[in-house]
Amino acid sequence: MTNAIELIGITKRFPGVVANDRVSMSVEHGEIHAICGENGAGKSTLMKILYGMQAPDEGRMLVDGDQVHFKSPSDAIAKGIGMVHQHFMLADQLTVLENVILGDEPTRGFGRIDFAAAEAHLVEVSKKYGLDIQPHELIETLAVGERQRVEIIKILFRGAKILILDEPTAVLVPQEVEELFRNLRELKQAGSTILFIDHKLEEVLAIADTITVIRHGKTVATVKPEDVTAADLAELMVGSELPTPATTESTVTDQVAVSVKGITVLDEDERPAVNDISFDVHRGEIVGIAGVEGNGQSELIDALVGTRPLHKGSIEIKGVNVADQSVRGRREKGLAYVPEDRHAEGLLLVAPLWENAALGHQTRPPFTKGIWFDRAGARNKTEMIRKDFDVRTPNVEVAAHALSGGNQQKLIVGRELSSDPELFIAAHPTRGIDVGAQAAVWDDMRKARHAGMATVLVSADLEELIGLSDTILVMLRGKVVARLDPNDVTPRDLGSYMTGAAIQGNGQ
Amino acid sequence: MLKKFGALPAWARYSIAAATGVLVLALVQMLEPGGLSRLTSANASGAMLRWSVPILLAGIGGLYSERAGVVNIGLEGMMVLGTWTGAYGVLVGGPWVGLLYGLVGGGIGGLIHAIATVTFGVDHIVSGVAINLLAPGAVRFLSSELFINFSGGSITQSPAVQGLGTVTAPVLAGGTVFGWKSPDLLGAIADWDVFFVSDIASFVRGLMAGVGVFTLIALAIVPATAWLVWKTRFGLRLRIAGEHPTAGESLGVNIYWQKYKGVIISGALSGLGGAFISMELTGFYREGQTQGRGFIGLAALIFGNWRPGGILIAALLFGYPFGTALRDLDGRSTHALLMVVVIALTLITALSVKRKRRFDAVLAGSLAAGFLVWYLLTETAPDWLPNTLPFATVLIVLLFAIQRLRMPKADGAPYRRGAT
Amino acid sequence: MNGLGRRILLAMAAPTVALVFSLALSSIVLLVSGSEPLTAYADMARNGARLETIVDMLNRATPLYLSGIAAAIGFRMNLFNIGVEGQYILAGFFAAVVGAQVMLPSVLHIILILVVAMLVGAIWSGLAGWLKVARGINEVISTIMLNFIAVGGFVAWLSVELRDGPLTPNSGTKFIPESGWIPDLNGVLELFTREITGGRHLSGVLPLAIIAGVVFHIFLNRTRLGFDLRASGYNATAARAGGVDSNRMIVTAMVYGGAMAGLVGMVDVLSRHHRYDADFTPGLGFAGIAVALLGRNHAVGVAIGALFFAFMDVSSPILQITGSATREIVVIMQGIILLSAVVAYESVNRYRRREEAKATAIAIQEVA
Repeated sequence: MTNAIELIGITKRFPGVVANDRVSMSVEHGEIHAICGENGAGKSTLMKILYGMQAPDEGRMLVDGDQVHFKSPSDAIAKGIGMVHQHFMLADQLTVLENVILGDEPTRGFGRIDFAAAEAHLVEVSKKYGLDIQPHELIETLAVGERQRVEIIKILFRGAKILILDEPTAVLVPQEVEELFRNLRELKQAGSTILFIDHKLEEVLAIADTITVIRHGKTVATVKPEDVTAADLAELMVGSELPTPATTESTVTDQVAVSVKGITVLDEDERPAVNDISFDVHRGEIVGIAGVEGNGQSELIDALVGTRPLHKGSIEIKGVNVADQSVRGRREKGLAYVPEDRHAEGLLLVAPLWENAALGHQTRPPFTKGIWFDRAGARNKTEMIRKDFDVRTPNVEVAAHALSGGNQQKLIVGRELSSDPELFIAAHPTRGIDVGAQAAVWDDMRKARHAGMATVLVSADLEELIGLSDTILVMLRGKVVARLDPNDVTPRDLGSYMTGAAIQGNGQ
Repeated sequence: MLKKFGALPAWARYSIAAATGVLVLALVQMLEPGGLSRLTSANASGAMLRWSVPILLAGIGGLYSERAGVVNIGLEGMMVLGTWTGAYGVLVGGPWVGLLYGLVGGGIGGLIHAIATVTFGVDHIVSGVAINLLAPGAVRFLSSELFINFSGGSITQSPAVQGLGTVTAPVLAGGTVFGWKSPDLLGAIADWDVFFVSDIASFVRGLMAGVGVFTLIALAIVPATAWLVWKTRFGLRLRIAGEHPTAGESLGVNIYWQKYKGVIISGALSGLGGAFISMELTGFYREGQTQGRGFIGLAALIFGNWRPGGILIAALLFGYPFGTALRDLDGRSTHALLMVVVIALTLITALSVKRKRRFDAVLAGSLAAGFLVWYLLTETAPDWLPNTLPFATVLIVLLFAIQRLRMPKADGAPYRRGAT
Repeated sequence: MNGLGRRILLAMAAPTVALVFSLALSSIVLLVSGSEPLTAYADMARNGARLETIVDMLNRATPLYLSGIAAAIGFRMNLFNIGVEGQYILAGFFAAVVGAQVMLPSVLHIILILVVAMLVGAIWSGLAGWLKVARGINEVISTIMLNFIAVGGFVAWLSVELRDGPLTPNSGTKFIPESGWIPDLNGVLELFTREITGGRHLSGVLPLAIIAGVVFHIFLNRTRLGFDLRASGYNATAARAGGVDSNRMIVTAMVYGGAMAGLVGMVDVLSRHHRYDADFTPGLGFAGIAVALLGRNHAVGVAIGALFFAFMDVSSPILQITGSATREIVVIMQGIILLSAVVAYESVNRYRRREEAKATAIAIQEVA
């Protein structure tokens, strides 16, 4: 019997990097095969090659024993391969049905779409796999879990037998992950082959039949989950133990650095996205904020930073209310900020590093002299950040886009922490960067905490949140629904609070 | 009340809105010293229809481009190309060839825009500006090479060209059918001179008597577009290119091709609008005769919320002042239109007060007051007003309506295949 | 210094490719239309080398450059100020009207006219900025509309109302008294050259344009506000998170751009017609956009672009005179150069970014 997928010596090069270096692996029919590796190891590139979104430079690919050369995803789809992307590929303003049938529309004369037939087929597929969905809803009205279901149905609608899922659990809470895994096992029962990409080791061990580990673009091992432990996998993935976010001793002082009192923030439709939230951050304390995406964390961050107006409430930095101040005013009072999306919010991608390092600090020395921008000062300071925060770059004249994600993040963290802030706001500070950079960022945050900095940390990585925080607040529908001590809480508990399955009496 | 109105079927809503419009016109023309009947005359509505066609075609053209995610401010330049190629087509092969050449001429403009923006990733606005600069030069060069060879042609002008002819709805609006002289019911009712009833009759008659075949083709493009873009495979794929191109790419849809199609159709329709100007509105090609109507089409696209029905309404609205100005040598019709602007702004003020939008209310209120003062202090409108009014209307409309509009999500965003 | 040579080479590559491509395409057009391309180009070059043509060229390049800088201020901030056309015509009109109303010592008179022009341009352009910031109206749409309202509305209306004398096809506003005329630079130029003939005057606005370019460059690259402005243009969201009030930057850029646009009409008002009339040069706003794009919004690049376009404009009549080609070919050439230049810039840019990423990745590996 042939394998579902056979990869032989796949190589893919990008400018300056080899993303996949002679990768070989085989996937059996009807198994759940996990591909495991840290960020930047080349997992996603490999999947894009398998799905026809990118062409390999070298190597052969066999599907069901036939050699294939995919030119576009349609070729892959034709061979029964489907993919759920990490970032959902769904158009908000189109209906579920339109999103699902796209590219495979049943038509009657003159290219008219046969919506009735399409809907019948969709309903049939969703019944068969027990995936509940409303065909005529607009995507923008759906929750994250529902959107993922639409993505999976999209694949099944095309009769795919091989499913590729690219980090499908990244946006889910533990309970939703369990639901997803149930669905995946059912699909397997029904005869599907599943390729599952992840770097969360417990999840991989829980779901996979076979695990292939990739490191620096090379396959380093193929193992069975029953033969390995999480520690073994980590060793295979990064060549050493995985860094942990855990902090050792508490550095929390009793001096309140920042006091947030009764703040309410409205969204675009003037409904409260953040509803009457209060908390204090002490010097040397990290306050972690947990919540399923879209429950007001981003709005809270925006309000703290000043990019979104407060409807009510006050924010005091060292006793001074900064609620009426601009972002610049707050920054000059000692606020520093690492944004969630470093490309969209953190960097001037086409500008040199020394201009990027100035961003947010351009009104203060060494970046400024009176009305003039101090180019020499900026360059020197950037050199310092480069050394102190281990930003790997040939020089500071390079444009920011040329750096790897991890180095970009280290530059941002460096620029913010080197200004000795009173309040440090970090949104997903280690999202999508390699373990080396991750460990460095954690280390920098711990050092700053030790030096007495107050931090507000928002993260979807629950391990990170529990490891780094001194206090955890859980947000649900704009309110703080739980205040937890990270020492006696598990990711699962956190998940219960985040989804509202568990309720804490003393919420505020 | 608004809720009940919204619950009515579309045809009823449009009819009520149109009747209200005619009522307003009938009222404001009575306010003019000595009274007027021009605003609701068959001439006015017929002229409105004709003058709105280029705007409509440019607007619908813009829809195809922007639904595919490519902003097209080159519509003006593509229309310029169409005025020339349309006229040239008539000269070499008659009106139908003119129509075809108009499509092709504009389509070439669209193709250039597509190559620059889609294949080479040039910023959409930059490319559009370049096309708007290039087009007038190109047609001037072509005129200097070709039109000067025709008698009556020059470097800025073509000889007279023939249009596609007109049709009249029998029974309702008169005319002759196979030699039989049809009755003219609407004309008769208009003749009664009963307030509002006759106004409606003459207004509707203007939309049915002597309507250009070219105009009918343009109008047919509206429902055809609605069907094509929302009910067919072509349309779904076009829309995904403007809403979420990578989603389409991930399902094997060739996004570049969708964008090419959208932008080329966009240019072709805009060129068709240009051909309409030279063939039907003026009867010859003349340099600079688009007078910014490609841009007004762009405005109609926005005002119409990127939907064909909305674009049609916007085009009629913007076309009306042009149409009335034609037979308005004394400037009194246009003067009456100032009152319409006052009424509209007053309504916006009232609505803003009701919605507790203070800033909007003050802004609309002061604009209304300004126009009212202008209206009261003058008796006739200056001749530059009809040409300016559409542009001012667009700004005023956007000033109060922009929050309700929703453009395609990835409109104007650069897209490269394989870059996620 | 291999890196520097490479960078210069890359910077030159795009315009060179664009020029060669457009020459090739124009040659084909000329051949098809029965003309001899080489003869036509030779005629243009020969004529362009004459001192008088150079004076014409500088007089044409001056407003083109100011217009290009006006557009570039917006473009550097990702603001597409398509409205320079309306801004400079409106500004030129009001400057001419106000300038004719007063009697002042010469320098003050000229300064007053300049200030009025900059103010009017700034207000009209700032309006578009306000519409964007307060009401979310895209500046492309609003400036297009404002162009028509300014030129077809205000100026069409007021130039009839405020004309001097009876309404004739070339009637204009009242003449500005001589104290408001800027002296020509013929004397300065003639220090180095022979006498300028043909009644030509090198406009005294030229030094103003040069100063404007220098100020633009220093402001943008060396000042804090300039940094804020550029940051906002690179990435408005990131700039906001970095404490830059992007709304204020939008209005600032529009106001500065409008003020610069106000100067565009000054060659006509201060040194040529001394009033607003039917001969007031139109189309400079749109040409300025082309020049800005050609010069990549860089002070020196825009200058080269302006000189180049001006050269083509003033040397086209010779084609008519010698009969070697239709003079309209020049407009086509300008259009093709513009289009092929923006395409070439984009392609080279992408290539450069890829190379930079590669070089960086390799450099890091060597260190590690």
